[in-house]
Amino acid sequence: MNWTLALPELVLAIGTLLILVAGVLPKRETYFPVCMASIGALLLTAVLVLAQGEGSAFGGQYIADGFSRFMKVLALLAAAVGLLLALDFNEKERIGRFEYPVLLLLASLGMLVMISANDLLVLYMGIELLSLPLYVIAAFDRDNGRSAEAGLKYFVLGALASGLMLYGSSLVYGFAGATGFDQIAAAFNHQHGVSAGVVVGVVFVIAGLAFKVSAVPFHMWTPDVYEGAPTPVTAFFSAAPKVAALALLARVLYDPFGDLAPQWQQVIILMSLLSMVLGAFAAIGQQNIKRLMAYSSIGHVGYALMGLAVADTAGLRGLLIYMAIYVAMNLGAFAVLIAMRRQGKAVETVADLAGLGRTDPMRAAWMSIFMFSMAGIPPLAGFFGKLYVFLAAVQGGLWLLAVVGVLASVVSAYYYLRIVKVMYFDEAAGRLDDAPASLGVVMAAAGIFTLAFALWPAPLVAAAQSAAMALLGG
Amino acid sequence: MFVGAIFFPLLGATISGFLGRWIGDRAAQWVSVTCMVLAALCGILAFLEVALGGHHTVVPLVTWMDVGGLEVSWALRYDTLSVVMVAMVTFISTLIHLYSVGYMSHDATPARFFAYLSLFTFMMLMLVTADNLAQLFFGWEGVGLASYLLIGYWYDRDSANRAAMKAFIVNRVGDVCFMLGLALVFYVFGSIEFETIFAAIPQHAEDRFGGVRAMELIGFLLFLGACGKSAQLGLHTWLPDAMEGPTPVSALIHAATMVTAGVFLVCRMSPIFEVAPTALGFVCFLGATTALFAATIGCVQNDIKRVIAYSTCSQLGYMFFAAGVGAYQVAMFHLFTHAFFKALLFLAAGSVIHAMSDEQDIRRMGGIWKKIPITYAVFWIGSLALAGVPFFAGYYSKDAIIEAAFAAHSGVGTYAFLCGILAAFLTAFYSWRLILLTFHGEPRADHHTMEHVHESPWVMLIPLLVLATGAIVTGAIFAPLFIGEHEHGFWRGAIVNGPHNHVLHAMHEVPSWVPVLPTIIGLSGIALAFLMYVFVPSLPHRLAERFHGPYHFLLNKWYFDELYDRIFVQPAQRLATVLWKTGDAKIIDGLPNGAARLAAGVSRGAVGLQTGRVANYAFAMIIGLVVLVTLFLFRA
Repeated sequence: MNWTLALPELVLAIGTLLILVAGVLPKRETYFPVCMASIGALLLTAVLVLAQGEGSAFGGQYIADGFSRFMKVLALLAAAVGLLLALDFNEKERIGRFEYPVLLLLASLGMLVMISANDLLVLYMGIELLSLPLYVIAAFDRDNGRSAEAGLKYFVLGALASGLMLYGSSLVYGFAGATGFDQIAAAFNHQHGVSAGVVVGVVFVIAGLAFKVSAVPFHMWTPDVYEGAPTPVTAFFSAAPKVAALALLARVLYDPFGDLAPQWQQVIILMSLLSMVLGAFAAIGQQNIKRLMAYSSIGHVGYALMGLAVADTAGLRGLLIYMAIYVAMNLGAFAVLIAMRRQGKAVETVADLAGLGRTDPMRAAWMSIFMFSMAGIPPLAGFFGKLYVFLAAVQGGLWLLAVVGVLASVVSAYYYLRIVKVMYFDEAAGRLDDAPASLGVVMAAAGIFTLAFALWPAPLVAAAQSAAMALLGG
Repeated sequence: MFVGAIFFPLLGATISGFLGRWIGDRAAQWVSVTCMVLAALCGILAFLEVALGGHHTVVPLVTWMDVGGLEVSWALRYDTLSVVMVAMVTFISTLIHLYSVGYMSHDATPARFFAYLSLFTFMMLMLVTADNLAQLFFGWEGVGLASYLLIGYWYDRDSANRAAMKAFIVNRVGDVCFMLGLALVFYVFGSIEFETIFAAIPQHAEDRFGGVRAMELIGFLLFLGACGKSAQLGLHTWLPDAMEGPTPVSALIHAATMVTAGVFLVCRMSPIFEVAPTALGFVCFLGATTALFAATIGCVQNDIKRVIAYSTCSQLGYMFFAAGVGAYQVAMFHLFTHAFFKALLFLAAGSVIHAMSDEQDIRRMGGIWKKIPITYAVFWIGSLALAGVPFFAGYYSKDAIIEAAFAAHSGVGTYAFLCGILAAFLTAFYSWRLILLTFHGEPRADHHTMEHVHESPWVMLIPLLVLATGAIVTGAIFAPLFIGEHEHGFWRGAIVNGPHNHVLHAMHEVPSWVPVLPTIIGLSGIALAFLMYVFVPSLPHRLAERFHGPYHFLLNKWYFDELYDRIFVQPAQRLATVLWKTGDAKIIDGLPNGAARLAAGVSRGAVGLQTGRVANYAFAMIIGLVVLVTLFLFRA
């Protein structure tokens, strides 16, 4: 058995256990060293992923290819940055306990399993491994009512989604006679026309994954959980799990159900349309900036799904580029939000940003860059992300999606630019505390990426291209 | 030298306009004056070489546009026609710059003023040295712009802003015709380069456009364009109002240079007008009518600058009807001499206004001739030249115009001759009315003003004296060159007279009473002015009461402004109000405002879905699932 292929997952799993033991044993508080060790473990895993060979293992249940490599690296980096964002915040909020990084590591392990899943059961296992730690960290500030509520809501709805997906899997198994992706694909290859049972099964599986990426109409948990959870948790939610879930969605749709593309395309198109429109409109009236970012992330998922809906290499490449850029600018923006404190107390409304342009010009400049980029204004990275998916949609003949996408981005520009306007033109509500160094680093790194992507787009585009080719075999 | 004459003013404008803030007002003023002096030196040298030396030349600069069949380049065309203008414009503009240093000394932003003034000079020079119609149009619009800026220079005055807008808008009417003419030229000739057009006239002379001879149509359109700029009857209403600008502006733009651009255009396009007799007849008719019309109004106006403005309008009419009978050279000659004595009159008027603490109404002047003797003397010289009293500049040019009109022996020519004679009488009358009311009689200003009456500083008087010299001698010196025996060697084909056009020759062979008549008429006009304002001072008042109707008709300028207001301005305003209130506020603004309201409504609806209850969320998920399954099934 070729188990060495799964070396990154094995290393991460064992590392997580070791870190857990190392966190429990000492008598004193071990939050900071455990965090550092966790970040190290994530980066080490990322390096191993880069060095990973291609092929399948565990009887075809595990697959490693160019696509999984791209997504894993992206997810691991997002997780590492997500942890970095929590470093300072959790200590100031007195929730700096060593369980937090360990839970993040477990969730990351779940993501890796998801991305490499080549079997419905492995898929389910990966999702659960991701979800359970997320339920816990959503409620990590357990003395805070809102945080507890967020965790509970997420758990209940997540359980529903898991149930749906498991039910769908069983239906598919019932009709295909196998759970492995390769066998399912082979089974549907020989069938002419699909039975209603398979259709229901596929839709249920899609629904379970759509819940994780918070695509409309499975997005309902997002605003409440984003608002209630501690801000670094929100930042983590909005980045790494979305990458993993989208990767899994792409693999499930293209691999076992690739022959049903004309049918599931309609479903993805509908979800994409609804997500873009809802993300654009619902964010307009929001005062709480975390809630605003929740709707914003729903909108961005809509754009990413547009790439998925095209169902060809260009579309998939657009999706990958979009996710990479989205993760960068989103984490950058959250770094600014996490740093929002006035006299030691975290604040989180749009109005609290007032006058930042004068009190802290550097941070305001980074935030403006992220907001302009999210609004899709050239020459920032966000513009190119949208450009690649729009191009793919137009070339694939999905005019409606492209047009609605452009209109939705016009509407969403309003609330992004409102933040810029508040920072530069409104009367200062009082000085915000200085940002800690770790957040400054994230802001600067994400900001430079957002700015410089226009100058050197080639590496990312080439990587996304080869990843897309690996999955679609083009 | 050729390039310098044109671009020194631009340099001056750039420096005083953009750097005036840093280098200070005094430096900015003197920089632009220096640039103008250099330009004037270049201009005079160019005049010597091109006009007297006979070296016509074209200085190419760069290609401007090259689109399809249209190729336009920036080039300076130096022939006698343009170099006369270049020399005259740079020379007079220099004097006016110098004068302005004194006149604008109490102003808040002299650097801005000098920038505009130099910019205007540059644009005017671009206009006259243009090698093609597009470049000419560039200068044409450029002087329009500079004129707008200068009329509205005191932008805190409501009346100045109105006058500036009026000048610009009325000029636009002419410009539209000019542009149509330009387009038609391109349509007929396939080019807008003068060289190409003029060479191709014989082939295209009988071309038709819309059933009309194309040459006639081009002539009409270009002349209508010229009417706007040169304030001919119908489009003249902006000129008197333009006196809201500072007086040096009036002298430079609205007397000596810009308003003569129309005359220049007709002379420049003389090859086309020579094959367009109907258009030329129209030029003659309108010019003669304007000459008489403006002179009648000038007789009753009370603002010192407005009287001179109407006089300008009238003199421009003379130039047009001279061109209209084919005597372009004579028109150019009058343009040339007129520039001197009209600039002189305006500057002298400025000096009076300066002395009278900014009073412009001649009914509140009088009795000041002993206090400002130099101004008084140059005013006399200017008026003598204007009235065409022998041996002053105006005598040579104006007499030549009237002779040419007589010698044309055509219907419109005779009409122009009669109008010209009558206008000459009125010209002499209103000029001396102006002098007598301004300088003589009992002082009618208040005690305070009279105490402050003083002669202007030398920086203003020197330009006056130079111009006065010009008003005396230019006629006698240049008459042989412009219209006399050396005429042919002087113009060297810069102006074209058709083979049937012998008016220049015929005008020297009119009966002997014709040259004498204008002089007699002029002197009698002066005599009438003396009679009415010195010997029987009650006469004007009684006349005004006796002929109440005609008097008010003239005082209100033939009711042109009221007529235009009724016909054009008010309907346009009503239409604009409708378009604004419903078209813009309701429909155009309604679209984005409505869209924004809609977005806000949708937003409220979308947020309303978010109830916070887990059961509702789960329900939404299930409903969504059902919808997706349905969609999937129906597609399959």
